[in-house]
This record gives sequence, C-alpha cells and structure tokens, in this order.
Amino acid sequence: MTAKIELRGVCKRFGRKIVLNGIDLTIEQGESFVVIGGSGTGKSVLIKCILGLLTPDAGSIKIDGKEVINLPRRERQEVMRKFGMLFQGGALFDSLPVWENITFALLQNKEITRAKARDLAVQKLKSVGLGADVANLSPAELSGGMQKRVALARAIAADPEIIFFDEPTTGLDPIMADVINELIVKCSKDLGATTLSITHDMASVRKIASKVAMLYNGKLIWQGNADKIDHSSNDFVDQFVHGRAEGPIAAGV
Amino acid sequence: MNFLAPIGRVFLNFLAATGRLALFVWAAISGILRPPFYTKMLFKQLMELGYYSLPVVGMTALFTGAALALQTYNGFSRFSAESSIAIVVVLAITRELGPVMAGLMVAGRIGASYAAEIGTMRVTEQIDALETLSTDPYKYLVLPRLLAGITMLPVLVLIGDIIGVFGGYLVSVHDLGFSPAPYLKSTVQYLETKDVVSGLIKASVFGFIVTLMGCYHGFHSKGGAQGVGSATTHAVVSASILILLSNYILTSLLFGK
Repeated sequence: MTAKIELRGVCKRFGRKIVLNGIDLTIEQGESFVVIGGSGTGKSVLIKCILGLLTPDAGSIKIDGKEVINLPRRERQEVMRKFGMLFQGGALFDSLPVWENITFALLQNKEITRAKARDLAVQKLKSVGLGADVANLSPAELSGGMQKRVALARAIAADPEIIFFDEPTTGLDPIMADVINELIVKCSKDLGATTLSITHDMASVRKIASKVAMLYNGKLIWQGNADKIDHSSNDFVDQFVHGRAEGPIAAGV
Repeated sequence: MNFLAPIGRVFLNFLAATGRLALFVWAAISGILRPPFYTKMLFKQLMELGYYSLPVVGMTALFTGAALALQTYNGFSRFSAESSIAIVVVLAITRELGPVMAGLMVAGRIGASYAAEIGTMRVTEQIDALETLSTDPYKYLVLPRLLAGITMLPVLVLIGDIIGVFGGYLVSVHDLGFSPAPYLKSTVQYLETKDVVSGLIKASVFGFIVTLMGCYHGFHSKGGAQGVGSATTHAVVSASILILLSNYILTSLLFGK
C-alpha cells in the first residue's frame, strides 16, 4: 500500500537560513500525525511545502504515490481537492459571509447551486457546534473561537481525504482549545481523513495524535507513536514535552 | 572598478523586477479564457473602479477645466488671442489633463485600496487559503481588477473630458463674458477624433498601470500592518510615476514626429 503522504529529503532555505534540512516523513492512510516543535522551527514551512504554497529546494513529496513538486498549476489544483486546511489565524475571507466562506471551493468551481450551498453550510456549521444563525454573519463579527470553528467547517466542507491543521489551538482559552481538539478528532473520524497537524500545545498533541514527530534544527529528530512520547529517551523531546527551560534546546532562538 | 558594481546591481535589480512583473501579469491573464469565470468579481470591480470613482474624477475634471480657462484667458489676452480659449481647453483636457488627472486620482483611490486589501489578504493567509480551496488567486483577485482598470478608466476619462470642457465653459461664459454658442462652436470646430481617442488609449494604459501596481504590491506584501502600509505607499507612488513617465512616451508615440 502506498503511503498517503511521503516526503524524502525535503530541504528549504530562505537566504542563508536553512529551515528544512532533509525531512523524511511517511504518513499512512487514516493516521493522525502531529509534528511538534518550538516557534520558528519551520513547522509552517513544512506544511506549506506539502501544500505547494512554497517550493522546496530539494527532495520529493508524494501524495498517494504521485510526485507533487513543480506540478503545473491546473494539476496542482486537482491535487488540492484532496486537501482541507485549517489556517492558524482562520484565514476566513472577510468580504464574504460565513456560509459563502464555508462553501467557497464548491461555489467557485460551480459544483453546487447557491441554495444547496447554503444548506450544506448550515449542516457543516452544525457539525462544528454552531447554529444556523451564524451563517449570515460576516467573519469579523465572530469571536476567535467561533472563527476557528467556521474555519474548521470550511476545511471539511468538500469532504477532503487529507486535512492539515496549523496550530489549531493557538490563541484560544484552554476550554475552547479542548473543544476544538475534540472537533478535530470527531471530524477527521467522520470523514475517515488522514490528518497532519503542527502544534506546540502538548494538550492538543495528547488529544489528537496517533503518531508524533519532533522538528528541531530543520530535521525530524524523533518519530514514534503518540503513547511513546513520555518515554522517548530523547533529551530534546523530553525537554519539549515537559516544557523545561533547562535542557539541550536553547531558549530564545 | 568597484564604482561600477552599484550601477550593475541597480540595473540587474531593475531587470529582475521587470521580469517578476511580467510573470505576474502572465499568471493573471493566462487564465482569461479558461473556466471558471469569476464574473461576479469582475462586475464588483467594474462598479468599484468605474461607478464609485465618478465623483472624484468628475470633480477633478470640473475644477481643472475651470482653472485652465482662467489661466488661458489671463495669458492669451496679453496678445489678444482670447478667442482660442475654447480650443485650448478642449485639447488640453482630452489629450493630457483628462487622462493624467483621472489616472492619478484613481491611483490614489483604487491603487491604494487594492494594495491594502490584497496585502491584508496576504498577511492573514487568505491568499494561501484560496490556493488550498482550489482557486487560482491570480485569476480570482488580480485578473478582474486588471480588466476593470483597462476598461473602466477610458470610460471615466470620457465622462471627465465632457465635465472638464463644461468647467471651462462655465468660467468662460459666466466669468469672462463669452457668448455660449460661439464658445461651444469653437470647442468642437477644431476638435479631431484623434484628440479624444489618444486620451482614451492613454487612460486604458494608465488603468492597467494603476491596477497592476496595486495588485502586485499587495500580493507581495510581507509582515503585518507595516508591510501592508508600505505596500500601499509603493503602489501609489510607483503607479503615479509610471503614469507620468508612460504619458510622455505615449504622447511622443501618438503625436511625435
């Protein structure tokens, strides 16, 4: 069976700064993979490389066994249909009401009529725990937690096979963070989707991960099942998991 | 030979920037014939650029025409050539002031708002979000705006031309004591189609410049509010300078020997 997502030797640098330095990563169908790492370690860059928003300098990225680096724009849009992405800040389109945000991809590609799109949006809103009254609001009228939920609804609207979560709980209070984590688990289970999340929130990791990898200095220094994370026998992982200032990772970089 | 290095660097940077702009334009217009067509976005931009710019462009044209009539009267009366006011006003407005003033006003109004809007979309990852939703941001955001600029600015300028001439007429008839009928007659008597059309061609080019600069700088803005601010500044300044520069080039192409 081919892996859902497979990265081999992926490198990316910005000027002289090497952000990714030979990433090897295999994510199997149905897995819930979480990449942890400190701020500024290149977690977002990793996700953006897989999505094709950034082009890696070297290496190979395969989705369902198909190489996706340097795909022509139209073919890449086809590949993108498999993806849903929850952005860190939500990235909702503030010029459009909530329901048009949720069904944006379907509406723009004329796969659905506006009346049907509205019904679908209400249904997706319900699955993230929001009422139909939210559908007509503009994203600016929503609280941070609600924006995250709407963004989640948009990510799952086209029933993607693969969903990416970029720091899903950042900026939320602990209770709301837990709500979002549970929604992520529920939604990916309902869709049977493969997920890749990046986060530095350990509570989130424990809730959603089936496999975990740690990114440090441009490399994945540890990978393993989620239940092994407390006994990784890796000093870097240990320091991160327990949030200690003392250890091999120097703070403030 | 070190003193040559900065010159070379500036030249190379210029070439690189030109290349990036060309690729940007190509990315936008290459999708023009391929579905899906974002007609709703196009209509929205046509309204925004065309209809809602009318008051600004109209006011500018009106006062420009009025001041022009006054100035011409003042200067031309020194050698008893007051009768030429009408033709001077209409030629100056249709050939030069109409398109250039409208271009500059729209650069301030539309160029700035495009850069700020698209720049904010960039820094809040909304442009990345478009890509992940299988939507080409060049086609969705840039193309409708470029088309709006190319098509609507000539329309604005044509209306501005009429209002500008009317501004000159008001001053001449009510202030300077000209009779209405002869003034209007000498306005149209020597006016050629080329005078108006050349101004409209200029307007189309200026519309392209303004919208392109707004989109390009917005698209490439970086790092939060400050980045969006400087993108807006760059968009307006570069559009204004390019308008004045290309105005000279176009004038020499259209009317030069």
